[in-house]
Amino acid sequence: MTLPADGGTSFRSDASAQETQDLSTSGGHIAVIQRVLVRQLKMISAQACGANGKMKDYHYSGPVEHKFSPYAFNGGTVLAVAGEDFALVASDTRLSEGYSIHSRDSPKCYKLTDTTVIGCSGFHGDCLTLTKIIEARLKMYKHSNNKSMTSGAIAAMLSTILYGRRFFPYYVYNIIGGLDEEGRGAVYSFDPVGSYQRDTYKAGGSASAMLQPLLDNQIGFKNMENVEQVPLSQEKAVQLVKDVFISAAERDVYTGDALKICIITKEGIREEIVPLRKD
Amino acid sequence: MATVSVCQYYPGGFSFENCKRNALLEADINKLGFSSPAARKTGTTICGVVYKDGVVLGADTRATEGMIVADKNCSKIHYISPNIYCCGAGTAADTEMTTQIISSNLELHSLSTGRLPRVATANRMLKQMLFRYQGYIGAALVLGGVDCNGPHLYSIYPHGSTDKLPYVTMGSGSLAAMAVFEDRYRPNMEEEEAKRLVRDAIAAGIFNDLGSGSNIDLCVITKGKVDYLRPHDVANKKGVKTGSYRYKHGTTGVLTKTVTPLNLEVVEESVQTMDTS
Repeated sequence: MTLPADGGTSFRSDASAQETQDLSTSGGHIAVIQRVLVRQLKMISAQACGANGKMKDYHYSGPVEHKFSPYAFNGGTVLAVAGEDFALVASDTRLSEGYSIHSRDSPKCYKLTDTTVIGCSGFHGDCLTLTKIIEARLKMYKHSNNKSMTSGAIAAMLSTILYGRRFFPYYVYNIIGGLDEEGRGAVYSFDPVGSYQRDTYKAGGSASAMLQPLLDNQIGFKNMENVEQVPLSQEKAVQLVKDVFISAAERDVYTGDALKICIITKEGIREEIVPLRKD
Repeated sequence: MATVSVCQYYPGGFSFENCKRNALLEADINKLGFSSPAARKTGTTICGVVYKDGVVLGADTRATEGMIVADKNCSKIHYISPNIYCCGAGTAADTEMTTQIISSNLELHSLSTGRLPRVATANRMLKQMLFRYQGYIGAALVLGGVDCNGPHLYSIYPHGSTDKLPYVTMGSGSLAAMAVFEDRYRPNMEEEEAKRLVRDAIAAGIFNDLGSGSNIDLCVITKGKVDYLRPHDVANKKGVKTGSYRYKHGTTGVLTKTVTPLNLEVVEESVQTMDTS
């Protein structure tokens, strides 16, 4: 393989290719080595030079456009469980952003009516606006229809409110928990643009991926055999919710500080607050 | 015809061959909605302070992978030599391997000189290695120790710059810890006061920074003695669960069971006690 006399970086690649062709008839292995070396040298020279042969500048030091994001992620986990004659909506009370904590006492459950509580996690700004809008719409409904909205009606309304902002969504993961018209527990879970369904239990927010499989096993009795499928009692449900949040706070940095549980029964809404890890 | 084995010559250092491919893959993966795997970082609070008789180093014990806790009790204070220890923040693998390499080289150096290693030597070795890798080794270190010239404390940044100071903090919780230091640091403190100061600085990081958590480890180095207190303070205990989640036998369905007896006879039996300390 001949290098040009100027000792520069240009290559007479045609000549070298020709040489390897001649060699291939006499010794296959030697030709392979030659081709490999040629390719390596070509690669090294290509990396060092740009298209015009001058050395490439690796450090860009001009102005860079930074995109403004209208959203922020404030963390938090919500959980709702529906029982035979009760419903639970639980959330942690930590509000965070990046690596910092804004507040240790910012619960994510909002009371809508005497029989319905909504849990909202995601972008706190949108959570606040959305709950304001829901409360206003509840009042409007009550004044024109002379009765409070039922849980199912609130769920249907929330779906239309969220889809109304389909192209600039509310960055909120909602879960509604309450009692339906027959007095049975109901849970409705939403995605940020309004798709919803009625569930028995659902976890949402930052630790949802950790909690949901655990609930599938303990409440839905999934992946278990030879177990007595007893319906969930209120005491056992509250105990389970406390335990799963303790586990979530261990592994998710956004979950912690305290846990607030809203227990909805026909007697009304009762609140319980349990401390969690503060680190 | 003789067979020639092809040995590809790799120049030393990092190989950047895969960077272009990784950039393309990253763009494709993000389009599909997944995220590419990231190196585990410690997301840490580490600090050190020089007091009357020596240095006190402190660290939290949480290692994070993204925003999930990967290790609730990892050890961030690494051994360099009998009189020098080093706390590490940044990429976990980088801090671990860098400190081990320098510890090994320093031991050989110490045997060659016949003297106890100096903190300035460890500092030089670390900064020269990190500068050689131009910041690609993501290790931010707090190096402290006591040698023949007294107690010394250095902070070492991933690109290779170092600062020799009486008190330093590093990691994502460094601002919280430095706030405590700036409030209460005095020169020539007593040992108990210095330990309390470092403990409080790490606690500030643990409770106010999401990347730091769990327990507080301390390392008190004086002339001739090292106290490695792990844990010095269990600042966060795991919550006690009220329910029992043990599964009964038979909960996991057994589909098939095959028993193959192995006919063996005992030829020799010996007992070795394990050091479980």
